[in-house]
Amino acid sequence: MALIQEVDYGTPARTAGQTFTLEIDGKPVTVPAGTSLMRAAVEAGVQVPKLCATDSVEAFGSCRLCLVEVEGRRGTPASCTTLAEPGMKVRTQSPKLAKLRRGVMELYISDHPLDCLTCAANGNCELQDMAGVVGLREVRYGMDGANHFKTPEKIDGSNPYFQFEPAKCIVCSRCVRACEEVQGTFALTIEGRGFASKVSPGGTQFLESECVSCGACVQACPTATLIEKSVVEKGQGEHSVITTCAYCGVGCTFKAEMQGNEVVRMLPYKDGKANHGHSCVKGRFAWGYATHKDRILNPMIRSKITDPWKEVSWDEAIDYTAGEFKRIQAKYGRESIGGISSSRCTNEETYLVQKMIRAAFGNNNTDTCARVCHSPTGYGLKNTFGTSAGTQDFDSVEQADVIMVIGANPTDAHPVFASHMKARLRQGAKLIVIDPRRIDLVRSAHVQADYHLALQPGSNVAMANALAHVIVTEGLLNEEFVKERCDLVEFEKWRKFVAEERNSPEAMEQFTGVPAAEVRGAARLYAKGPNSAIYYGLGVTEHSQGSTMVMCMANLAMATGNIGRRGVGVNPLRGQNNVQGSCDMGSFPHEFTGYRHVSDKAVRESFEQDWGVPLSDEPGLRIKNMIDAAVDGTFKGIYIQGEDIIQSDPNTKHMTAGLSAMECVVVQDLFLNETASYAHVFLPGSSFLEKDGTFTNAERRLGRVRKAIPPMQGLGDWEITMKLSNAMGYPMNYSHPSEIMDEIARLTPTFAGVTFDKIDRLGSVTWPCNDKAPEGTPIMHIGQFVRGKGRFLITEFVPTDERTSRKFPLILTTGRILTQYNVGAQTARTENNVWHPEDILEIHAHDAEERGIKEGDRVSLTSRAGETTLHAHISERMQPGVVYTTFHHGFTGANVVTTEFSDWATDCPEYKVTAVQVAPARRISEWQEQYLETRKQTTQVQNA
Amino acid sequence: MVHMANQIALFFAGYPHDEAVAGVTKHIKDFWERRMRDQIKQYVAEGGGGLHELALEAVKRLT
Repeated sequence: MALIQEVDYGTPARTAGQTFTLEIDGKPVTVPAGTSLMRAAVEAGVQVPKLCATDSVEAFGSCRLCLVEVEGRRGTPASCTTLAEPGMKVRTQSPKLAKLRRGVMELYISDHPLDCLTCAANGNCELQDMAGVVGLREVRYGMDGANHFKTPEKIDGSNPYFQFEPAKCIVCSRCVRACEEVQGTFALTIEGRGFASKVSPGGTQFLESECVSCGACVQACPTATLIEKSVVEKGQGEHSVITTCAYCGVGCTFKAEMQGNEVVRMLPYKDGKANHGHSCVKGRFAWGYATHKDRILNPMIRSKITDPWKEVSWDEAIDYTAGEFKRIQAKYGRESIGGISSSRCTNEETYLVQKMIRAAFGNNNTDTCARVCHSPTGYGLKNTFGTSAGTQDFDSVEQADVIMVIGANPTDAHPVFASHMKARLRQGAKLIVIDPRRIDLVRSAHVQADYHLALQPGSNVAMANALAHVIVTEGLLNEEFVKERCDLVEFEKWRKFVAEERNSPEAMEQFTGVPAAEVRGAARLYAKGPNSAIYYGLGVTEHSQGSTMVMCMANLAMATGNIGRRGVGVNPLRGQNNVQGSCDMGSFPHEFTGYRHVSDKAVRESFEQDWGVPLSDEPGLRIKNMIDAAVDGTFKGIYIQGEDIIQSDPNTKHMTAGLSAMECVVVQDLFLNETASYAHVFLPGSSFLEKDGTFTNAERRLGRVRKAIPPMQGLGDWEITMKLSNAMGYPMNYSHPSEIMDEIARLTPTFAGVTFDKIDRLGSVTWPCNDKAPEGTPIMHIGQFVRGKGRFLITEFVPTDERTSRKFPLILTTGRILTQYNVGAQTARTENNVWHPEDILEIHAHDAEERGIKEGDRVSLTSRAGETTLHAHISERMQPGVVYTTFHHGFTGANVVTTEFSDWATDCPEYKVTAVQVAPARRISEWQEQYLETRKQTTQVQNA
Repeated sequence: MVHMANQIALFFAGYPHDEAVAGVTKHIKDFWERRMRDQIKQYVAEGGGGLHELALEAVKRLT
């Protein structure tokens, strides 16, 4: 293995249909129209010296190093800003050019620190490289430059992950342009004039600035001006491993740059089809949790949860677990145990968990954490389109004319895709945001929503029906599409339903709180597109009508013909890295891989034949049902791989009661999470850096996860599951995760063409991938829906049973923040805590004033389910009557407050609507006091 | 459980009666585990108070 150095073409690729041929140094090269001479040269195998150009940003033409000569033309144009033309003959080397370039380099070096040997960029500095390339041998301006041997300006080390050393800045503006063009934040500028010009994060320190720490500027910097602190500390990597990020559902491809078994830095990979070389603060920098001191590296067991943990060997832990599960099944019945897999684990791992449960446990009590986020997506899209997945790849947004974001906050939760989306918005696409909060997309640098429909939490379906009403009654239907592609009987039922006056924006205003005229305007904009795309998140799914709302969006897309081509579609933004994959892998209790019900005899028999064991045709228990059954006394043992249900699932008190009622709770995780407080067996898991496998992102794209370091606790998670299955009496004998994928492909028509070899060859692949689509399917439902005819469904608005009252007059809605991730198991063990050390309650000034709450006050947050306390932040982003918090920190216990109400179809919890009261508090809540005591008691390790 | 069954019934309530009952029945059959189905059947056998009429009818059709 070697360090992977990607080719820098200097300027971005062009994709125009027209191509032509020109000559670079006598070599013919054919390029698309709009290609720069610099890029054409690289295509021809010729590197033109450069400093201010890099292919992630548009040409700038400031460094004057890339000058070339063009036959028949005067002067020496910059190759980065000069476009290739048919028949051009370009010369990149001549005595004149060499002299010019040397002169330019001499000026650059005339005031640059000459500490190359001790500089952190040594070996990876473009300035140093260019000095070598142009043959710079002397600097005639002497050594008295202000920055030569001293650093008059202090290094800005305020950002926890990278430093800024102005003395080394050559003012190429690559960082400024990367912040603008790649990230879309516009946090950087060039401050000062002439010789005093310097890059600046808005005249303040980086940590205090608008910088979102995506790392694009650091990556773009050709010197050590902006550089990772890990590189400063450790030096350059010596080999790279290409892998997939383990945070959100964007699924960015990264190069892990390594020194032996130590990660030096994570760099976004240019060939990554989901991220195209971009990253966010989590994937780029927040990987230190993998080697955090809290990692548990030895299996542990205990008889009672009040006992201290006892470290044991793998064999002892596995034998103990299998023994307990067998004992429980013998005593309480085969259906008294089950398991939960995680969207943080690989496809191969989640596949094995459900296989073990179905084959070794002998029941279908398998579920996954996707239950509590996107299960309504699966239900809604399967019933309308025919398959449980989003319809587009991310690049499709580049053709969208109208983007409708519903219940999602992409700049915080899916930052890399948000940058992609913002680039399209800056090109002129229209934006509709449907969200109770004024999220950043509503108004940020060079982005402004055309409509922000700030609806009341819980009124999504009312809003969607109102939008549909306008489309149907104002003649905005795409009749031709509907006639050709959809079930007309179902369509007519739906048309009649939404056309009823009670679904009009005027009638629905009482529920949504949004003026009807705004709704009508947004509906017209969406319907007229011509390419309109819906992107949505958990603000859609985590409601009592989550599945209904997914159907509403599918109805809207079908009614307007916005499905089955680029630039349109219904696109779930998946919360975790492998939500799509864990659902695909048959993790739900009612279905096998590829969303096929367990009662389907032919499908079941194919699994029985392959696995060599009879399988149940009965749907098993969902997570919520398992906990209910545990409280009822009929469910006694659970295997939980990579999910922290105590912190992430609703109504913590009920979850706690359920786990406490079980006789064997097994947690497999990196850390002693909150759920582990109620566990009898702890099986240490491995991080994404330590395993082989695949993740499937929100585009249905399977990307490879490659082992960068050996598992710190000795086993991959798939190996642990395999051992447990063997100990339970059902043999599994895989020698590598690729064999598991081969089995998945053998048993799942939509994965029939997937192999590790193919993914390695193509970089990634979107499913369906089979004989019909051997290289995958980026856009679904082209020409025909998976189910044949698209099915409209009637979506009656049913207000949630969670209502405000005099005692609980406010609505709490929950969500994520940029720098933290879900339950914080990963990010809360990194320097990201500098931005978000605790969960905060956002409250509108009016509500705060009414309660005597000031900025930063500790407040109690009370619902019918429970009470916690946290600090208040007075925010105009909230509308009066609605408060907001995150659930990243265990001590906050946001889910102590959330209720058990859930989606009617899937039991996805209604996290987004909880009636609460907020009041000033002097001390932490009783639950928090108990939490601290319980954590202390239940996390002790004997002799540790 | 009654609440869950009623929520399902409210979704299908927009459809003609027979279609709605069939929809509720199928949903419960497809997604509810045997213990849950047994419990709701028992509840209906004891009168089924508080259940939406579609849910009541659907549960009676469960085998």
